[in-house]
Amino acid sequence: MVNTRISTSGLNLWFGKNHVLQDVNLSVHEKKVTAMIGPSGCGKSTLLRCFNRMNDLIPETRIEGTIMLGEQDIYAPKADVTRIRAKVGMVFQKPNPFPKSIFNNVAYGLVIQGKYSKCDLHGRVEESLKAAWLWDEVKDRLHSSAMSLSGGQQQRLCIARALANSPEVLLLDEPTSALDPQSTAKIEELCLELKKSVSILIVTHNIAQAGRISDYTAFMYLGQMVEFGKTDQVFTVPNDKRTEEYLTGVFG
Amino acid sequence: MNRRKLQNYLGLGVLGLFLFITFAFLIIFLVRMFYMGSSVLSLEFVTTNPRNAMTEGGIFPAVVGTFWLTTLAILVATPMGVLTAVYLTSYGRPMWFVRLVKIAINTLAGTPSIIFGLFGMAIFVNLMRLNISLISGALTLAILALPMIINATEEALRGVPSDFSEASLALGATKRQTILRVMIPTALPNILTGTIISIGRIAGETAPIMFTAATFYSRRLPESLSDEVMALPYHIYALMTEGTHSASQVPIAYGTALILLLMVLSISGVAVFIRFNIRRNRKW
Repeated sequence: MVNTRISTSGLNLWFGKNHVLQDVNLSVHEKKVTAMIGPSGCGKSTLLRCFNRMNDLIPETRIEGTIMLGEQDIYAPKADVTRIRAKVGMVFQKPNPFPKSIFNNVAYGLVIQGKYSKCDLHGRVEESLKAAWLWDEVKDRLHSSAMSLSGGQQQRLCIARALANSPEVLLLDEPTSALDPQSTAKIEELCLELKKSVSILIVTHNIAQAGRISDYTAFMYLGQMVEFGKTDQVFTVPNDKRTEEYLTGVFG
Repeated sequence: MNRRKLQNYLGLGVLGLFLFITFAFLIIFLVRMFYMGSSVLSLEFVTTNPRNAMTEGGIFPAVVGTFWLTTLAILVATPMGVLTAVYLTSYGRPMWFVRLVKIAINTLAGTPSIIFGLFGMAIFVNLMRLNISLISGALTLAILALPMIINATEEALRGVPSDFSEASLALGATKRQTILRVMIPTALPNILTGTIISIGRIAGETAPIMFTAATFYSRRLPESLSDEVMALPYHIYALMTEGTHSASQVPIAYGTALILLLMVLSISGVAVFIRFNIRRNRKW
């Protein structure tokens, strides 16, 4: 039996008059990797950004429907946005470490919540860096600038930074599209390791990547959730003709 | 030689000529200043008081006066300017109000400095009864520096990639934490550069302090905010217009101008140095 970590029902989203997400229903299962695929502009990144309310930053955004994070309706009027964002980690397309030291990057999420004493902080930073497979590469230079790391290391630092908050869900928005093949492979392996402890949602343009790492795949097209199911099933016997066409490269 | 090549050479020649003219003005200006003022220059010149009805001695009180005027003005203007810029970039709503404020700031930036002098006299000297004093002059200069600092800070904050603020917000930071811990630290070098450039500007201003702070001659150094002060630009003005022994006072005026120039240049040098370091260390 799999538990549901995030579920949306009847989710509609408009940017101004533009109806970007149309009646999306999706369940993200706990401790699984769910991939979202689809052509550019189909709304998969927008959907991802609904789960930590990053779309709030865009003026004239209107949302209908509900998104449940566990037991919590994250768009409820009384929902605490900063608490939700601390529980839902996000990694962006372009590695975006702060222009601070490696240590301060990872500690950032904990420091702003003011919950940790100094020695706890060191422990958590070490744990997070280890979980993101970066510890051995940076343990001797925790206080040098994060900007001195390579692109792949920066992206793993961003993952460590998100993990430091002990999130329930990790949102990855095309995390490897700016990286070289080796770094990509490392992050894919890392995802498989991380799903032991956290539910992962990954947006990707790389169909093969979705096939390699995900347990479930959602295919989106023109703002609609066309197909959602176990990855083997979606990739081998898709229900919808459009899914099949996208996967076989008829359009994309 | 074909026609297009000839046009190219001609164009290049015109560019070179104008570059030369501009550069020559600067050189002539510097040589002339140095020629007229170098006879009085010495360490003593900047460390002693004027003597003998200002026909001899140094300009120490004016150096001190300019230092305090500028420092106080910047201490007042920087926090005000930075906070205004933060408001305009991150909080300003509705848009028409932000635009209105910006029009006001840019108008302020284009106002002749003598108007600031009159304003300072009307408000600080007369209405607030601060009299002609260090504090009146510093406040007047602060208003003059304000639009420069606001614009520099605004530009610096807008230059911070949105990747950084998004990352911060996505980690559960509030808007206030994002501004204080990510936006301002990232923009700080550029904010500092803007501030330092405005220091250079206001240190050389004469008109705003003429009616609000400056005095022709003071026997002692300023001891409190309500003292009148001597200041380098006003000292030059006074020596050239009100002096009675031009033979000995004109070289002092040029010497003072050289010192002022040197101060402003070295302040700008610091700004260039900071900017150079940012460019070298920045990797985003």
